[in-house]
This record gives sequence, structure tokens and C-alpha cells, in this order.
Amino acid sequence: MSGMGGEVRPPRGAGRLFAAPASDLTSHLATFGPVPDGPAASHLLDELQASGLQGRGGAAFPAWRKFAAAGSGRDPRSRGGAAVVVANGAEGEPRSAKDATLLRAAPHLVIDGLLLAGRTIGARELYLVTTAASLPYVARAIAERTDATAIRLREVPEAFLSGEASAVISSLEGGPALPRDKSRRLSSSGLAGRPTLLNNVETLAQVALIARFGAEWFRRLGTEEEPGTRLVTVSGSDLAPTVREVVGGMTVAAIVRAAGGSTDTLGAVLVGGYHGAWLPAERLDTPLTGHDLAPFGAAPGAGILVLLESASCGLKASAAIAGYLAAQSARQCGPCANGLPRMAEVLEKLAGGSRDTALPAEIRRLAALVTGRGSCHHPDGTTRLVLSALTVFSAEVKAHLAGGCLADRRARAGVAA
Amino acid sequence: MSRERRPAATLHIDWTLCDGRGLCTELLPERLARDEWGYPLARDGSGGDVPLAASQLEAARDAVALCPRLALTLRKD
Ligand code: SF4
Ligand code: SF4
Repeated sequence: MSGMGGEVRPPRGAGRLFAAPASDLTSHLATFGPVPDGPAASHLLDELQASGLQGRGGAAFPAWRKFAAAGSGRDPRSRGGAAVVVANGAEGEPRSAKDATLLRAAPHLVIDGLLLAGRTIGARELYLVTTAASLPYVARAIAERTDATAIRLREVPEAFLSGEASAVISSLEGGPALPRDKSRRLSSSGLAGRPTLLNNVETLAQVALIARFGAEWFRRLGTEEEPGTRLVTVSGSDLAPTVREVVGGMTVAAIVRAAGGSTDTLGAVLVGGYHGAWLPAERLDTPLTGHDLAPFGAAPGAGILVLLESASCGLKASAAIAGYLAAQSARQCGPCANGLPRMAEVLEKLAGGSRDTALPAEIRRLAALVTGRGSCHHPDGTTRLVLSALTVFSAEVKAHLAGGCLADRRARAGVAA
Repeated sequence: MSRERRPAATLHIDWTLCDGRGLCTELLPERLARDEWGYPLARDGSGGDVPLAASQLEAARDAVALCPRLALTLRKD
């Protein structure tokens, strides 16, 4: 085999996860070297803690803490049994393509991370869940190696909520890929009641790099709060979904440009996907960090940026998303099943040109009514998007209630010019 | 819930089970109202985990026992 003998140097630029020239095992080993083995379980936990790696599925929970919780089984409510690790590549967000891209371009890093996670917490069962489109790439990678036979591949449907942690567990147990009540913790009582560690596939790929090159190397790029690199998906305006690996703490504007987009004619950027929040054009110099985005109610999430032209109406765009999200409600929880369609409908009215001045207050009332009243965070995420629209597009709200539309006016001025 | 006292227990609503017939809201009117679709609505805005005072424990136990969908659980903190 080529590459095995040579000295492997850690990737130096921002192209870490995609440093290998091809997705096959030989290229992978030549670029990154083999997975370090030996009993270094506690060592990896220490490195993860020092690295500051946070989950890349959206929740941004410290990776080491999740590993430690599932590994300890200390929770008295745990029914015990051998631990389970799940690599989550379901990626239900329609505007995200990073997990599919990663599984296609660097499946061996994800597999390495999954094996390392299993070894670290002493798991006997390893799963990788993803959509039908990505399965063949992973299957081919698993077939290339001898150490991955324990990994079971499972398909999940392409739906907004199918990647939600408890929905993934439910589908692995043979149930529907729908969220469940959250009275049990995954770390102590997940798949079939066993301690379960569920990580996004990008998180696991980063773990595979940190296990090889260490926390200090990981932190060489990025900022204190956002160390390392992360995958982002930029789409919208006339940009097809574009996945990039970017250095932590880059500004939203810089990321848009790195993806080949232009910020010149943008009116706003939706940060964090459909459960995210709008960032107005004049604030695109905001770094993609939890701290900097917090004033806008946004977070880096799964690294999703959606561009909106200033000649496109932010209320109409938000109403379309709210309508989509309402339709994606699993319809299990009354307030979500009834409240989201109602909220989307009222926003649609406002976007559509109704001059009823009671509409914004009615949207806010419905938002307050559904928040916190579901088994998953779908009502809260939908509410975040809708309330952010009312705030960031407040001038547009006023214009609509006065019978106009600012974006339309800008579009017409643009055509005339 | 008064600010000085810690809640004696928490009433958890499993929203995936509750069908909003409102029996619990009749047993715990101090804590629960009904929203416009009939689902229990915590008066303090606490969502699906409703803090209870000691004096409300008995009514909460009844609600747990009588909920036709077995959607309620009582958790001592
Ligand atoms: S809150 Fe909504 S999306 Fe989440 S489980 Fe309940 S019905 Fe489904
Ligand atoms: S009694 Fe049970 S089913 Fe009825 S509203 Fe209350 S929690 Fe829901």
C-alpha cells in the first residue's frame, strides 16, 4: 500500500477535512495516516476537552462532555447495558449539504471518528445513519477496510425532523423517524434503553483529526470561542448550495464571498437554517460565533447561510419558510400541530399585502403560545425564525401595513436603472 | 409559583401523547389553563414541565392517574 510508510504531516491550511485528494482509503491514509490505536481512551477525552470542539449538528454542545456522559453510565436512571454510538448524517435541513458532501468526499474520517468514539466509551454497537443518496458512498468506504465491519448502516428518510436526535433513535428502534418525549436522556437511556452517544458526522470527522494531530494543532486555526474549522453551506439568491470548510470566527460576509457569493445586493442573510434568525445586510461583518450572533437570536448551528437579495421581500421569504416548517410538524403535539400552521398563515397574510394592523401582534401572541410546548424544539425554532423576521424586516412590516412593499420598490428601481 | 419557594415537584406533559381533552386543567385550575385548541397551558408559561407547590401535589397525582392518554408524570425534584 502506498503512503503507509511515509511520514504524514498534519494539514496546514484551512482545508483539513477535505485535505485528501480523493475519497478512497489509500488517499485517506496517505493524507492523514492511520487512526492512532492503543488504549488511549482517557487521552482522547482530554484532547477533546482541550480542543474546545463543539457539536456540528446544530446544538454546539461540547463534544468531550457528551462523550464523557455516555461513557460514564453514572446516571442512576440508566438501564445500563453496553453503550451505543450513532453517527448522525441525516441532515434534514433542506438548505444544508455539508454532511452529504463530507460523507461523499471524506467518508473515512467519519468512520475513523465513529470507531474512536466507540473505543473511547466502550460501545459495542456502532451505527451510521444517513439518507439513501449518501449510503452508497459510506458503504463503499466501509468495504475498503477491515476494521469497520461492526458499523451498521441505516437509512433515514429525507425530512426536516428526521435528524433530530430522538427521531434518529426512534427510527433505529424500528419506529417512525419522529421526535419523542424528552423525559429520558440519551446519554443514560437512549437506543433500547442503553447509554447512547449520538454525534453529527462532521463532529466525528473532527474527532478523527484531533485524535491524530492533537488539540494544540486543532486550535491553530480559528478563535478561542470557535476553534478549528467548520463546514458551512451557503445558498440562495442565485447561488446553488455551496459547501466550504471555513476557519472558525470568520465573518458572515467573508464566508459568503468564500462560497462565491456577493454581498453587494443582499438585504439579509438567514443564519443557522430554517430554525435560525436573520442578519440584516448592514451587519454582515458579524463573526459566525455564538457570542457575536446572540444579539440577533442566531447561532452558527449547522453552518447554514441563506442569502436574500434586497429586492426580495423578507416577509415573503420568511412566510414561505414558516409554511414549510408548519407542514413539517410531526403533528404529534397539539400546540405544534395547531399553532405552527396558524402562525404561518397569519405571517403569510402580512406578507401577501393584508393591511390588518393587528397581524404583527397576533403573530407574537401565537409565537408565545407555542414556545416550549412541544416534544422537540421545532415550535421554538420556528418561532425564532418568525420573530426574527418581524424584527429585522420591521420597516417592511410597516410598508406592508401601509399597502406597499420596500423590496418590490427596490426591484422596480433596479429594473428601471 | 412564588419566588421564595422551590417547587415541591414538576408535572411533565408528554405532548406526543396528550390529546387536549382537558381533564388535567379541571383538576389543576390554579396551574393550568387551556389554550384555544384545548391543550393544557401552564399559567406561568413553563411549557411542558410545570412546577407545583406542595398544596397542589394531591390534585396533580389525581391528574396523573386519570389522564386518559397517560401523558402526565410527576417528578419530585
Ligand atoms: S413539537 Fe412538533 S415537530 Fe416536535 S415532536 Fe411535537 S409535533 Fe413533532
Ligand atoms: S388530561 Fe392528559 S390528555 Fe387530557 S389534556 Fe391533560 S394531559 Fe392532555
